Amino acid sequence: MTDAPIIDAEGQPPEAAEERAWTRLQLARHPQRPRTLDLVAAIFDDFAELAGDRAFGDDPAIVGGPALLDGQPVMVIGHQKGTDTESNIRRNFGSPHPEGFRKAQRLMRLADKLGLPLITFLDTAGAFPGPAAEERGQAEAIASSIKLMTGLQVPIVVVVLGEGGSGGALAIGVGDVVLALENSVYSVISPEGASSILWRSREEAPAAAAAMRMTAEDQRRLGVVDLVIPEPGDGAHTDVTATAAAVKAAVVAALRELGEHGTAELLAARYARLRSMGAYLETGAPPGRRAEAPSLRHRLGRILRLPGVPRRARWSDIWPSGTADDESERGA
Amino acid sequence: MPIKFPFSRRVAPSDTWTKCPSCEAQVFNRQLERSQRVCPSCGHHFRMSIGERIDLLLDPGSFEERDAGLESVDPLGFHDDRPYPDRLEASRIKTGLRDALVWGVGSIAGHRVAIGIFDFRFMGGSMGSVVGEKLARCFETALVERIPAIVVSASGGARMQEGTLSLMQLAKTTAPLVRLDDAGIPFIAVLTDPTTGGVLASFASLGDVILAEPKALIGFAGARVASDTVGEEMPEGFQSAEFLLAHGFVDAVVPRAELRATLARLLRLLPVAPIDEEADADRRGPIAALSGLAERLGGAVSETIGIDSEAGNGNGVGRTPAPSAERRPPS
Repeated sequence: MTDAPIIDAEGQPPEAAEERAWTRLQLARHPQRPRTLDLVAAIFDDFAELAGDRAFGDDPAIVGGPALLDGQPVMVIGHQKGTDTESNIRRNFGSPHPEGFRKAQRLMRLADKLGLPLITFLDTAGAFPGPAAEERGQAEAIASSIKLMTGLQVPIVVVVLGEGGSGGALAIGVGDVVLALENSVYSVISPEGASSILWRSREEAPAAAAAMRMTAEDQRRLGVVDLVIPEPGDGAHTDVTATAAAVKAAVVAALRELGEHGTAELLAARYARLRSMGAYLETGAPPGRRAEAPSLRHRLGRILRLPGVPRRARWSDIWPSGTADDESERGA
Repeated sequence: MPIKFPFSRRVAPSDTWTKCPSCEAQVFNRQLERSQRVCPSCGHHFRMSIGERIDLLLDPGSFEERDAGLESVDPLGFHDDRPYPDRLEASRIKTGLRDALVWGVGSIAGHRVAIGIFDFRFMGGSMGSVVGEKLARCFETALVERIPAIVVSASGGARMQEGTLSLMQLAKTTAPLVRLDDAGIPFIAVLTDPTTGGVLASFASLGDVILAEPKALIGFAGARVASDTVGEEMPEGFQSAEFLLAHGFVDAVVPRAELRATLARLLRLLPVAPIDEEADADRRGPIAALSGLAERLGGAVSETIGIDSEAGNGNGVGRTPAPSAERRPPS
């Protein structure tokens, strides 16, 4: 690992980078952009949508079920945004509640049981953050989904269609191969969210979008995405048939490649892929930071308050509490 | 404003006391230290540094830090109103830490554990590549040494300045937990104030046992993000430790004074699974399991069911363990 940024802005003026990222984001969010079900209908020969998490309810923001890909049975799961106001309200604009992720888990287990390769489509601004979602364990639902995918004994191909929004995307986005449409985006937090937290204003979303390097091509350079699928014309919405064909070709190629490996090999490679994510510097450990066990003399000295017996070294002397908590630094 | 104390000639600096955010009592810092940073008048749990947490939980002198040399870099060249490296440097100076997590091996009441501890003061305890890598190594060490893993979290979530690389730490820290499951090694999550976002949406929600400190803020989305998105005010206390307990997402809310004893008790009650040869034999598949059965029952049975049992010695006692190569699950 090096100290240098993986992605260099290459001396481009920040405005240009902002505009590029912002244009992609608008295409990723385009109201006519093909959604999961549009592509599923075009790519697969048959698709039986299954419903319900068997615990609480059904979440229309996530769809899934078995399908046939050129005659081969597979399992398909994806986020589903609406196409108009009415369907967007029903599908909560593609932002799942915990029951959506638990439905996905149920389908993943079924895929595992029957040995069906899993294909997932990411298109969400993020998991829904409301009180009902918290009450039903949104974080737990995402965490256990991620965990299930890391150990699933079937090949997983992930396709980022539109917005890959944070944990809600990753919950069905852990794969052996991650493909992304050219104008899709992937980020740890929405640019609006990053703007309001880091810039303390919602106006800086374009700057945040550029700073987070959220375009598909940037994500490929970071190693989060393996392959970028080119979009036809001025974006996927201008030719859904061509988009579906391109996605299908990439998925079929990825599955063919993955099919050549045994389960153990597949799981080892998936683990290695996740383990390699991130950039850090490994320097030598700073010397001699160790709080010793107290000697008898120390312990007696402390109890009897003998003069000249220094207090034994404690870890809190090495890493003490500050006087004030700084609330200004936040995570996502 | 400096305060003069009648019993001391020293001028006390203004950081001699801390105002309790809950009951507004003025608590002397020396007293806070002695009371494990719990307000003596109302029981409010102040946040702890990593050093204080080690002294609280681990046997004196038992902790050995691992991977102290890991340092964050700036993979995106991230710049908001300050460059990311500047924020890192400011946090390093403020806390004396290299990043938001320290991990190491130590013991709790004699039970050896691999433990990772967050400090919220380091960039909001946010999880970037270094925190994720350290946690993955913590879990992998627990796996190799067959000792329980514990993580004490205090984090706002993923570190935005590392973009999706920090999002990927959710998966990186979660993947080893599958291996701990397979190996029969317990993982205990201790959620302290605050534990939110990507940290809660990964390993912190996946403890075999999950403990929380009283009144700790624990939730997926920050209340501000939530009310911005949903467009309504969030109900009071909907992301507290007690709320999670009521909804079945944590096992117990444990006051700090009882935390070490509770962990010690859990470590006693939830030991690392012994290496179970029978179960390993089962994992080899039906034929292998049958041959294992034949080994145990002796040669007569193996003849009956027609499986050649090399290890069968006629009385089923004193069998030598199979070489480790044979104990792998089938690929």
